[in-house]
Amino acid sequence: MTRDELREKFRCAREARTTAGLRISVCLGSPCVATGAETVLRALRESYGDLAVEVIGTGCMGPCSRGPVVRIEDRSGGSAAYYEKATPTTARAAVRAHLKGHDTSQGRLPADLPFMIRQQRVVLANSGICDPESLASTLENNGYAALLQVMEKMAPEEVCREISGSGLRGRGGAGYPTGTKWELVRTANSRRKYVVANGDEGDPGAFMDRTLMESDPHRLLEGMAIAAYAVGASQGFIYVRGEYPLAARRLRQAISEATRAGLLGRHILESGFSFTIRLRIGAGAFVCGEETALMASIMGRRGQPVIRPPYPAQRGLWAQSTLINNVETFGCIAPIINQGAGWFRSIGVPGSSGTKVFSISGDVATVGVMEVPLGTPLRELVAMAGGVSNGSFKAAQTGGASGGCIPASHLDTPMDYESLTSLGSIMGSGGLIIMNDQRCMPDMARFFMRFCQDESCGKCVPCRAGTEQAAQLLHRITSGDATEDDLAKLEELCRFMHDASLCGLGMAAPTPVLGTLRWFRDEYEAHLRAGGCPAGVCDRERKPCHL
Amino acid sequence: MPPYEDYKTAADRQNAIEQILRQHRHNPDALIEVLHSAQEVYGHLSRELLGHLAEQLKLPPSLVYGVASFYHAFRLEPRGQHHCTVCTGTSCHIKGGTALLAELERRFGISCGETAPDGSFSLDSVRCLGVCDLAPLAVLDDAIISAETIAALADRVCQCLAEKNSTGKSP
Repeated sequence: MTRDELREKFRCAREARTTAGLRISVCLGSPCVATGAETVLRALRESYGDLAVEVIGTGCMGPCSRGPVVRIEDRSGGSAAYYEKATPTTARAAVRAHLKGHDTSQGRLPADLPFMIRQQRVVLANSGICDPESLASTLENNGYAALLQVMEKMAPEEVCREISGSGLRGRGGAGYPTGTKWELVRTANSRRKYVVANGDEGDPGAFMDRTLMESDPHRLLEGMAIAAYAVGASQGFIYVRGEYPLAARRLRQAISEATRAGLLGRHILESGFSFTIRLRIGAGAFVCGEETALMASIMGRRGQPVIRPPYPAQRGLWAQSTLINNVETFGCIAPIINQGAGWFRSIGVPGSSGTKVFSISGDVATVGVMEVPLGTPLRELVAMAGGVSNGSFKAAQTGGASGGCIPASHLDTPMDYESLTSLGSIMGSGGLIIMNDQRCMPDMARFFMRFCQDESCGKCVPCRAGTEQAAQLLHRITSGDATEDDLAKLEELCRFMHDASLCGLGMAAPTPVLGTLRWFRDEYEAHLRAGGCPAGVCDRERKPCHL
Repeated sequence: MPPYEDYKTAADRQNAIEQILRQHRHNPDALIEVLHSAQEVYGHLSRELLGHLAEQLKLPPSLVYGVASFYHAFRLEPRGQHHCTVCTGTSCHIKGGTALLAELERRFGISCGETAPDGSFSLDSVRCLGVCDLAPLAVLDDAIISAETIAALADRVCQCLAEKNSTGKSP
């Protein structure tokens, strides 16, 4: 494709938007597919697949626990109606009602549902709008406009400056300034350079990156291509978690379609810039989310971390300078280029600019994916998800196995990098698990420690042996067999693991324990006495030690 | 690669492996991709197969075995004819996923990660499938099974398994 052809496509898409008729979109995210969305789509296509009614499959619309979700809207504008738990019958009935002007309220989500209307979708702007399996649909929604702009009007150093100016920080967890990282790779003296997207979303309860990769794969490819242009790389890798087959399939398709259209590959948009992307499928190792382990895995080795420095920017894949960013970070790039660094910085709070995608699950009315400005209070997020189900709010776990918890007394905490750190937790990748008052906090700590024990790569002793010992101590505590002495030992061990482990997995493994101890020490102490668990979880479910 | 049931003869499988190696140009860096594909062809990665791949990729057998045994996705033993995976991610855990696994272990008399002696069934767990809205859940062969209570969910798994066995349909 030439630049003029791409511009022509954008123009046609703008005109097509004014066409009359209904558009019906069926969410084809994996939770909706698991509950039968493909059957709904097929049924609607058979019944209404003509010109007056456009029927498309899209990416995730957000409220996963209400899936399959179907949206019906007027193509020429007007508000969209969302339908939950759609079946072929209910979906057909809803479309009929819209066509004939009958009552459309059956199965319809309230138009003012906080989950939908209080979001600010930047990264997920096209998720649930465009067809993830069609490049044409992406182009209709302004896809690759940022790449075009960068290649026509900006020098690589200007791109890095723009990203720095936006205040974007890494969305994978650590929050390192993205622009600074790009600048380091750009100025690195390296024969070849690589760009890597980390889609190894291993934190249990996190599914934001899966959502983006499944819903808008071209957004990721565009972000990576812009990064490659900015840092001077010609080869990229996307490392996708093995448990996400749908994301892998859509990415593979997107890469080949974009390559055929000349948006990836050799001489992109007929310029001297070439960039190819290869997909690597993970094989089920949480530690591969750590960047040095991830690189080892891309090179076909065991995913064992090595000590940094040297950082990947200095010495990464095949000893060359390598830029590694999280999938969501790449998802922020195109909007920053399109709408400017100043606009991006105006969203969120100082120090944490832009939006963040959270996957909210656990004891809430609506489980799903929501994108809000950074700094939005936790209370607001819980309210958007329809409040706590089956009880009152007890705690929220942020940052997964490397994060801590936020108790009810801090519900007004703004969700930004610094506020979460000050509470002993971390932003992490954005998994948010809400727990009601029937959940046992030492049991949660034991769960995360067992997880880290399973996932420890075994390279360094503090993590390999520490997670095992800590998990056993926690098992004794939740079984009601522990003493004061065991609790003291656990705390000492946690501090030791944090100080002495080689990589982030071991260093952060004690965080859930320390976090729950900080806010819920009384629960630990109650477990030391007879009669044990205040929430009744540990007495009810006596679990074997290995679970 | 087509799934392993589609290969009729040992020669078909060997051809598929040669094709995989050619696709990756015998590049040792592609070891993980090769293992993924080889596992699809054979269903699991036997010692003999790993040895053959090591030779073809010109890698030490210890390194190939090390990689294959490091990652959870690679199976060194054959799976049962039907396979159940219980999600033990955080959301599933708080809603009883761990208790479900214990219950299924009890009902089938095998531990997580094991295969029944007659090879009919195997049980495993996974840390989060990312479909937390359906928590708690189990995956039997390729179908997600979800229910409100643990007992009901365990019953559903047993029921689906019985249906599969009675129709004689392989996974």
